[in-house]
Amino acid sequence: MLTILFDGIAYGMLLFILACGLTVTLGLMNFINLAHGAFAMAGGYVTVVMMNRYGISFYWCLPAAFIVSALIGLVLERTLYQWLYQASHLDQVLFSIGIVFMAIAATDYFMGGQQQLINLPPELSGRMDVFGVGIGRYRLFTIIICAVLAVALQLILSKTRFGSRLRAAVDDRRVAMGLGINVPLVFALTFAFGSGLAGLGGAMGAEILGLDPNFPLKFMIYFLIVVSVGGTSTVSGPFLAALLLGIADVAGKYYVPAIGPFVIYALMIVMLIVRPNGLFSRGGR
Amino acid sequence: MLNRRMLIAAAGVALGCLAAIPAAAQETIRIGLILPMTGPFASTGRQVSAGAKTFMAMKGDTVAGKKIELVIRDDAGTADQTRRIAQELVVNDGAKVLAGFGLTPLAMAVAPVATQAKIPSVVMAAGTASITKASEYITRTSGTLPQYSLPVGTWAAANKIKKVVTLVSDYGPGIDAEKWFTKEFKAKGGEIVEAVRVPLANPDFAPFLQRVRDAKPDAVFVFLPSGAGSLFMKQFADRGLADAGIKLIATGDVTDDDILNSMGKPAIGTITGHFYATAHDSPENKAYVTAFKKANADMRPNFMSVGGYDGMALIYAALEKTKGDVTGPAFMAAVKGLSWTSPRGPVSIDPETRDIIQNIYMREVKDVNGELQNVEFQTFKDLKDPEKADAK
Repeated sequence: MLTILFDGIAYGMLLFILACGLTVTLGLMNFINLAHGAFAMAGGYVTVVMMNRYGISFYWCLPAAFIVSALIGLVLERTLYQWLYQASHLDQVLFSIGIVFMAIAATDYFMGGQQQLINLPPELSGRMDVFGVGIGRYRLFTIIICAVLAVALQLILSKTRFGSRLRAAVDDRRVAMGLGINVPLVFALTFAFGSGLAGLGGAMGAEILGLDPNFPLKFMIYFLIVVSVGGTSTVSGPFLAALLLGIADVAGKYYVPAIGPFVIYALMIVMLIVRPNGLFSRGGR
Repeated sequence: MLNRRMLIAAAGVALGCLAAIPAAAQETIRIGLILPMTGPFASTGRQVSAGAKTFMAMKGDTVAGKKIELVIRDDAGTADQTRRIAQELVVNDGAKVLAGFGLTPLAMAVAPVATQAKIPSVVMAAGTASITKASEYITRTSGTLPQYSLPVGTWAAANKIKKVVTLVSDYGPGIDAEKWFTKEFKAKGGEIVEAVRVPLANPDFAPFLQRVRDAKPDAVFVFLPSGAGSLFMKQFADRGLADAGIKLIATGDVTDDDILNSMGKPAIGTITGHFYATAHDSPENKAYVTAFKKANADMRPNFMSVGGYDGMALIYAALEKTKGDVTGPAFMAAVKGLSWTSPRGPVSIDPETRDIIQNIYMREVKDVNGELQNVEFQTFKDLKDPEKADAK
C-alpha cells in the first residue's frame, strides 16, 4: 500500500519536472509550446550519449542535460519562437508540432530508433526496506531532486526581482517595456530555463519512462493533462496536479488493472468540470 | 590529352551500358519491401532491411537468370500507408513480390491487395498467428507468437515452476502469447495465479510489477515488444523481484539481441524462448553475423533481421523452383513445402498453412566474453504454429 503511494509520488514528481517548463511557457508567456517534450528528449539523449559513449558519471549528466537543453531552448527562442509570441494560438500549435516531428526524425536519423538505456550508478539502483515499506533508491532520489526544484521554482517566481519582472512582462508587455524591463531578454531566459527543466526531466526520466525518438509525442498528452488540471497561473497547481495524477495512475493500475489506463483521464475530466481554470486559479482571466 | 581520352572512353562505356539496359530490364524482378523505417518501430525496419540486404550481398542479385531489385518503402508503422504503398508498388512500380510488414495490422492491411492482384507476400516480422489466414498469397519467414510462447510453458512446467503470473502487452500478439503459454503450462500441471495485461503505451511498470511481487509466484512470464521489454527488465531488477525469488521467463522479444547488451546486469539469468539468437552456434549463422556486422557498422543482427534474410532466401528458392516464374499461383505452389538451412537452423514452409516450421530454442542470458548473449540450452524441434494446427 505505502509502496504504491511512494511509487505514485515518484512518478508524479517526474511528471512535474517534465511539465513545469510547459507551465512557465504556457501560463506565464502565453505560448502554446507542444514541442516541450522535444527539449526533454534532448536532455535524455545528452545523458545517454555522455554515459554510454564517454562513460561520464550520471551525476554530471544531470546538470549537462539541463544546460544543453536550456541552450537549445535559448537558440530556438531567439531564432524561431520569438516571432510567434503575437501570433494566434493555432499558428503556435502548428509551428511547435512541426518542431516535434522534425525533432523525432532528426533523433531517429542520428541516434537510431531503438530504446536507449542507461546504467545507473550502483548506489542509486535497487531498493531498500524502510519500516517494511519497499522503497526504490532511484525513485527516492527523483523525489528529493524534484521537491527541491519545485520549492526553488516557486521562490524564484514569487520572491525574486526576476520573478516579478517576468510576471509584469506577461501581464502587460507594453507597460513593462515602458518601465524599462527588457521583455525579450526576460522571455528568452524564461524559455531557456523552462527548456532546461524539461531536459533535466528527460535525463531523470530515461531510467523510468524510457527514451526513444517518439518521446515528445508519447508524453505530450501527460504534460498537457498536468498543465490543464493544475492550471497555468501558479507553480503549486501543476505540482499538486502532477502528484495527484501520478498517484492515481499508479494506484489505478495496481488496484483495478482492467481499467487502470482510464483512471487519469476520468480524473482529468472530473477536475476540469469542477475547476475549469485549474486547481488554484485566480479565477477567469 | 589524357582527360579527353578518358572522357571518350567513359562515354563509350556509358553508351554500352545504355544499350545493355533494355535487355537486362526485361529480366528484372522487383521486390517491394514495405517496412516501418521511421516512427516508433523504425528499429524493426532497420533490422529487416539490413537482413534482406545482407542476403543479397552474400548470395548475389541474380537467381534463375533474373536480376532481383529491392525497392524499400517506408510506411512509418501505419496500416493505411502500408496498403497505399502496396497498391502503388504493384500498379505503378510493377513489383512482383511484396515483403516486409513490421507489425500485424500492417500485414493485415496488405492481405486484400495480395489476394486481388495475386501477388505473393512474404511476412518478415509480424507475429500474430492469424496473418497467413488473411490471404492465400501470404507466407511467413519470421515466426508466430503461439509458436514460441508454448515451448516456454513446456519448459517452465518441467523445471519446478508451479505458480506463474503472466504479464503481456494488451494487443494481438500479447494476447496470443498469454493464451498459448497459459494453455500449455496448465496442461502440464502448472497454475496461473494472475494474468496482467499492460497497456501498449505505458510509461511506468511500477504498479504492474508490484502486483506481480505481491502475488508471490515462482516466475513471471512476459511478452512485451522489444523496446518496452528492456525497460521492464530494468524495473524488474530494481524492484528486487529477482531477489524475492521470482524468475523472469519471457519470449525472445524481451531480450532482443539488438539492445540486449545495453541492458546490463539485470538481464543476466533471464530465460527466454525464441527462434533466433545472434549467438546461435552454426557455420551458417557465423557467416551471416560476420557479413551483417560488416555491412552495418557492427550492429548485432536480431530475430527480425533473420526474418528479412530468410524472406529473401525463400524468394530466391521459390524462383529457382519456378525457373523465374513470379506469377502468384506458380510462386505460391513453389513456396509450399520449401525447406532450407537458415542462420537460425533448419526451417521449412508448411504446405497447408504457408507458415514457417522451425526450431524453438530455450535460451539464458549470459555474459560471454564481456558481451551479453542469449545462450541456447534446449531445442524444441520443428514446431508448427500451434494455433492453426489446433484449428484442424
